[in-house]
Amino acid sequence: MPSRSKRRVSKKILEHELVPKHEVLSFEEAVEVLRKLGVPPSRLPAISVNDPVVQLIGAKPGDIIKITRKSPTAGEAVYYRIVVAF
Amino acid sequence: MSVESYILSKIKFGVLPPHEISRMARVTVTRAELYESDGTPVMGGPRDPHFGAIEPGEVCPVCGNRRDACPGHFGKIDLARPVLLPYYSDHVNAVLQATCRSCSRILLPEEQANRMRRILKTLKEKWPRLAQSFIKEVRKQAAQNSVCPHCGARQYKIRYIRPVIFYEERPEGEVRLTPIEIRDRLEKVRNEDVELLGLDPEYSRPEWMVATVLPVPPLAIRPPITLETGLKSEDDLTHALVEIIRQNERLKHYLRTSAPETMVEDAWIALQHMIAAYIDNELPNVYVLQHRGGRPLKTLAQRLKGKEGRLRGNLSGKRVNYSARTVISPDSEISINEVGVPKEIAMILTYPMRVTLENIEEARKLVLNGPYKWPGATYVIKARTGTKIDLRYHKNHKQLAESLEPGDIVERHLVDGDIVLFNRQPSLHRMSILGHRVRVMPGKTFRLNPLVCPPYNADFDGDEMNLHVPRSEEAAAEAEEILLVERNIKTPRYGGPIIGGRQDYISGAYLMTVKTRLFTKEEVLELLAKAGYKGEIPEPAILYPKEYWTGKQIVSLFLPEDFNYEGRAKINAGPLACDSYDCFNDSYIAIRDGKLLMGVFDKNAIGAEQPNNVLHIIALEYGDDKAREILDSIYKSYIRMLELRGLTLSLSDVDIPVEARREIDKLVEEAKKEIMEMIELYKQGKLEPIPGRTPEDSLEIKIINRLQELFRKAAEVAVNYMDPFNDVFIMARTGARGSETNIAQMVAMLGQQVVRGKRIHRGYRNRTLPHFKWGDLAPEAKGFVRGNFRYGLRPVEVFFHAAAGREGLVDTAVKTSQSGYMQRRLMHALSDALVMHDGTVRDAYGNLIQLRYGEDGVDPMKTYHGDPVDIDRLIEKYSRVK
Repeated sequence: MPSRSKRRVSKKILEHELVPKHEVLSFEEAVEVLRKLGVPPSRLPAISVNDPVVQLIGAKPGDIIKITRKSPTAGEAVYYRIVVAF
Repeated sequence: MSVESYILSKIKFGVLPPHEISRMARVTVTRAELYESDGTPVMGGPRDPHFGAIEPGEVCPVCGNRRDACPGHFGKIDLARPVLLPYYSDHVNAVLQATCRSCSRILLPEEQANRMRRILKTLKEKWPRLAQSFIKEVRKQAAQNSVCPHCGARQYKIRYIRPVIFYEERPEGEVRLTPIEIRDRLEKVRNEDVELLGLDPEYSRPEWMVATVLPVPPLAIRPPITLETGLKSEDDLTHALVEIIRQNERLKHYLRTSAPETMVEDAWIALQHMIAAYIDNELPNVYVLQHRGGRPLKTLAQRLKGKEGRLRGNLSGKRVNYSARTVISPDSEISINEVGVPKEIAMILTYPMRVTLENIEEARKLVLNGPYKWPGATYVIKARTGTKIDLRYHKNHKQLAESLEPGDIVERHLVDGDIVLFNRQPSLHRMSILGHRVRVMPGKTFRLNPLVCPPYNADFDGDEMNLHVPRSEEAAAEAEEILLVERNIKTPRYGGPIIGGRQDYISGAYLMTVKTRLFTKEEVLELLAKAGYKGEIPEPAILYPKEYWTGKQIVSLFLPEDFNYEGRAKINAGPLACDSYDCFNDSYIAIRDGKLLMGVFDKNAIGAEQPNNVLHIIALEYGDDKAREILDSIYKSYIRMLELRGLTLSLSDVDIPVEARREIDKLVEEAKKEIMEMIELYKQGKLEPIPGRTPEDSLEIKIINRLQELFRKAAEVAVNYMDPFNDVFIMARTGARGSETNIAQMVAMLGQQVVRGKRIHRGYRNRTLPHFKWGDLAPEAKGFVRGNFRYGLRPVEVFFHAAAGREGLVDTAVKTSQSGYMQRRLMHALSDALVMHDGTVRDAYGNLIQLRYGEDGVDPMKTYHGDPVDIDRLIEKYSRVK
């Protein structure tokens, strides 16, 4: 339901050091992640399809995105988010 | 009577529909008068007896109960014309904007609306939060359509003025929409459209938000109070209702008599405003209902709102029993786990002790002692009959004591060893409430071991603290296992100890462990006795001509036998700095196998809030219990040490020789000369500006820097001339109290006074005080204070110092209120985040917040200042050759 006019987002933002790595999980991977966490997809933190990075990597509502961030405590921290239509 | 119990599964909020209001009403109010001339309530008035019995002895005409059993009954006012209600009107506005003005269908093409309905359905199931923002989007999109896709009618812009006024911008001009028209439109909106606009048609049809009938609450909600004079004083709500009824009757009268349209209109608007004020008397654009005296009435919203409102004042915050409050005073002799409780208080606070075969004799003694002799009891609850016997009024305590049997409950006085909760406001972190063991004492104050001051941020200048008694075995056990002081030595905020020495403990520890101090046998015994040491005295460090022990030997007796530690002492700074054991200053702590081999104990060894100090490592590696043992023993001899030696301050401690003062004079002169040269340069326009700054700013910055340098140098001179065993200097160096800056202010000079990071510049026109010339840029004209506390300040200097001092006071006042509010909001936002058993952090709904707590799953309480392992310590530990 993205009614808003599609914004042009430069590919360059993916290279910015403050933008962490986003990957779309395949269906199998997504199922595995949800099984491991023991949650329905709706319990994951949401991310909007209108998010610039989500648009760039071409994720669709319902996809699960794996975000690998730098962390001051753990070095690297993995987060999963579900793409929502809104 | 059987009692059925249910568990609430959900709560649904909706709009009370008019037919429901009429159905539950027991009176229709049509008269504004309260009492007839004979003093009886007016039937059909706001004091009608059908609102429920509230007078003693009165029988309710509706339910037949007296006032203790009558629940109170609602009435109603049939409004002459429908009226818009505040707050609801925001929703009315949304519906009006999104629906057609002629056919009342949602302003979206059918297919689009259907698609949105489907999306909304899934969103409501899975992401209720997102459903809210989706509804907003639906409303926005529908409002954008200027032609109805269903009937083709042209739509006009609707202007909404909070709280209750609507205008429609028609081609012929702006027209006010009356509540009647609005209600007509809302009535026609279909249920499926209502749903799409975010309302539940079953529980909140939009037209219900336009009132045609107003509920009148029962008298129990607005009780009249009888004054001593016998006069009745009515509740604010009743006053507000009287106004509404009067206005409603006036409007009815106008309609009946076909009064001119403008009069009807005005009366209608007035009624609307009164009803709005009855709901919330602080609305903008609505007139305020007032008492005769001019005081605004407290209407419905005012009862709920704010700190003393129903929610924050009565529901979130309640008053508690079994608690006590009094002044605190220090007692370094009791354990850190204890709190001294005055006998008077111990005889009021009670614990319900269940009588068992094991304690029945003890219980009997307590009952025999009665309520006025400690340790006694105040009540007995007999298990057999369930009756509560008040010992104050019971004649035969002896007989009662004999009749005790297992299962009875004795409300006994607090006794030594009971666990209680102790608290000091503001409760900023979880260590603001800790569990203590009671120690009943004479006197009227709570006694607290000064080592436990840091978590409470308490001192003894008149602070008061609260004490609460857990009233069940479970509560007491929880307090003991989780909240007990010794289990909170380490703070979960950062890896470090929050309980530990401050002030005198630190000076004392330093004076004890400093290498110039030797102790005779008598002194050693005295110190060890204070610490409660029961063991062998070690071999003296010096055997001949007299036996002497070092303080380090005494301290070592209390360290764990296999304890190793290495680190810098607090005094390890400036000329005493060194970073390995190759240290002649005694400022590097080395502990091997539980023996303090070198270095002094100061803030960095025994202090509170010093991560990775000796105390912290012991608490971490040897357990809280061991740390408590140390805090309860050797720390007492630190204090005794001070009592033996004395620690005080005299004028001579803050004085330096004449040569030193001359030296400082010279420094001042140099600095002044340089600054005057800078000013001269600036006046000639030749001053080299700092890049990006104006010449004025550059001069200011340069002067401030130069003056700061001057202060630094002067402080250095002063400190260099100080006797290292000067008591003030000891306190500053060991971290007990004060700093070298403070000493320099006493001994050398106060230095430049600043307000808002700048030299003081405000006051008179172009000058700070009339003592100076206009535009004088010299140091002493702009807040430079040459004087010191030892030799005194000039009047002008006092003024500058006061100005800078005031800024500090204002800053603390502002900072505490702002950070307090920020904290409150953060707490509420985070309060239901919880670390689950799988290590994830989730909220109350089960939404994932973090996959691992803190991303690494580490509990900061169990770390070395944030590091889960101290690798250096581990290497050291395992590479040592035995």
